[in-house]
Amino acid sequence: MSLLRVENVSKHFGSLVAVNNISMVVEPGELRAVIGPNGAGKTTFFNLISGFFPPTSGRIVFNGEDITALKPARRVWRGMARTFQITEVFPELPVRENLRIAVEVAAGNRLNPWLSRDADGEVRARIVELMDMGGLADKADRLVGELAHGDQRATEIMMALALNPRLLLLDEPTAGMGDQETYDITQLIRKLHREEKLAIVLIEHDMRVVFHLADRIMVLAEGEPLAEGTPREIGANEAVQAAYLGKAAA
Amino acid sequence: MAGDDLQKRAATAIVWLLLLGMPFWLPAIGGYTELGARVVVLGLAAMSLNFLLGYTGVLSFGHAAYFGLGAYGAGMTIRYLVPSTSLSIIVGTLAGTIAAALIGPMIIRLRGVYFAMVTIAFGQTFYFIAFRWNTVTGGDDGLIGWTRQPLDFGFAKIDILHDSVAFYYLVLVLFAVAVGCMAWLLRSPFGRTLLAIRENERRARFLGIPVDQHIWISWVISCCFVSLAGALYALLNNFVDPRALYWSQSGDFVIMAVLGGMRSFWGPLLGAAIFVVLQDYLSSQTQNWMSFVGLFFVLVVLFFPRGVLGIIRRRAAA
Repeated sequence: MSLLRVENVSKHFGSLVAVNNISMVVEPGELRAVIGPNGAGKTTFFNLISGFFPPTSGRIVFNGEDITALKPARRVWRGMARTFQITEVFPELPVRENLRIAVEVAAGNRLNPWLSRDADGEVRARIVELMDMGGLADKADRLVGELAHGDQRATEIMMALALNPRLLLLDEPTAGMGDQETYDITQLIRKLHREEKLAIVLIEHDMRVVFHLADRIMVLAEGEPLAEGTPREIGANEAVQAAYLGKAAA
Repeated sequence: MAGDDLQKRAATAIVWLLLLGMPFWLPAIGGYTELGARVVVLGLAAMSLNFLLGYTGVLSFGHAAYFGLGAYGAGMTIRYLVPSTSLSIIVGTLAGTIAAALIGPMIIRLRGVYFAMVTIAFGQTFYFIAFRWNTVTGGDDGLIGWTRQPLDFGFAKIDILHDSVAFYYLVLVLFAVAVGCMAWLLRSPFGRTLLAIRENERRARFLGIPVDQHIWISWVISCCFVSLAGALYALLNNFVDPRALYWSQSGDFVIMAVLGGMRSFWGPLLGAAIFVVLQDYLSSQTQNWMSFVGLFFVLVVLFFPRGVLGIIRRRAAA
């Protein structure tokens, strides 16, 4: 069974058609990139998948269940986690507390007025595990708002990962980063994909990152699907080159 | 980290020692026990408001509604039902809490200034009911003809009506329970979800926290303790009038919280103390005492956005 099945979704804002009739199927363990020029509707498409707002028409099926009408929190409970183009963290809390909130919510403790010693031990162990994986162990007690951009982004990705998702949605994970930071985040995503066998859908502008990571690529242009295929096929696709890659290469 | 923790514990210990000894040291510096009880009661109200404002990031401008419901609930219980102080406190607290729980679903979807405006509107509704319903509430003259009753434990009776020190300690015990509950909750997984909502609502939502539901719970908890404060306020004065429900009373709570420091647990209590003492002193000197409180408030907000406790902390850190 496919993990995510997006069927003919559209999103209209008044007379503006931001996303027009897009379909996409993501298999378990797949890493899918969504690319396209500015204004192609990538982020809107992401917001539809994650439940930021409902689609005007179309259907979204996750793990065999129709989730089109579900609110974001309920999609998270079913195994969907996301990050944002502009990093969304808890800036005035330390890295450790940022992760703690995510870990506790994921463990079903969000309404608990009390945590047993055992449960607290498990939470702490999981936080350490996540900080190690994200390369944040030496920054555990720093406020996230004071960290470098790359570390903030790593914190956000680790918070999403703390939710034990089946599907991770990353909106431009390397946006606004220098070469070293881009490389670090790329390695982190590759590790999540290869070692954690996580299905990932990512929007990305950096073509090196996309061609390096993706199993399959979907290209959007002006809110519509332009092409879909392996990196090799997309690289050779003339329509894509004309609409997008050609412009970038020129 | 450890030093920080130690400092926090020391500060908490000092606050409790000051509160425990208040009936002894306050008269020595020219105060009186009822003034101390007033500080504790209004401090509880401000700290309850701050549970929502400082720790959930939601500004209510209508907490006087629940404060007033607590006050009228307590007063009317003794006046019309049973002459029992403990029952009056329970009824008052429940009245405010239930009202908040019912009103909550209508307002929790709103944010920022819209939330604040609608909480004012609901508050004013209760004010006008109390103001107009003369036969039951006493209208503008207030609810009179009742007093707090001796506490009867069966084996012992405590006369809290004439012994103001005994009444102070009753207030302090209930204050300790309420404040202890709030401190406990804020250190729990649930409390951390509230911080999450304050810090970044969008992130909280996409971590799987149903934000509206959590705000509703925080709102009800906050209103529950402000109702308790209202009940105690009525017992303290042996009197309730509609001003306890008026929107300016809500504003006073916000001023106390912000003045003392809304990002710190004890800040609003300090704010309440400053407010009450200024009111007590200045109102005997001039009718325009509120303009001095206002001026002080403006100066603090302009130059010390973290409140008076923020100043003290910075001094301590430097």
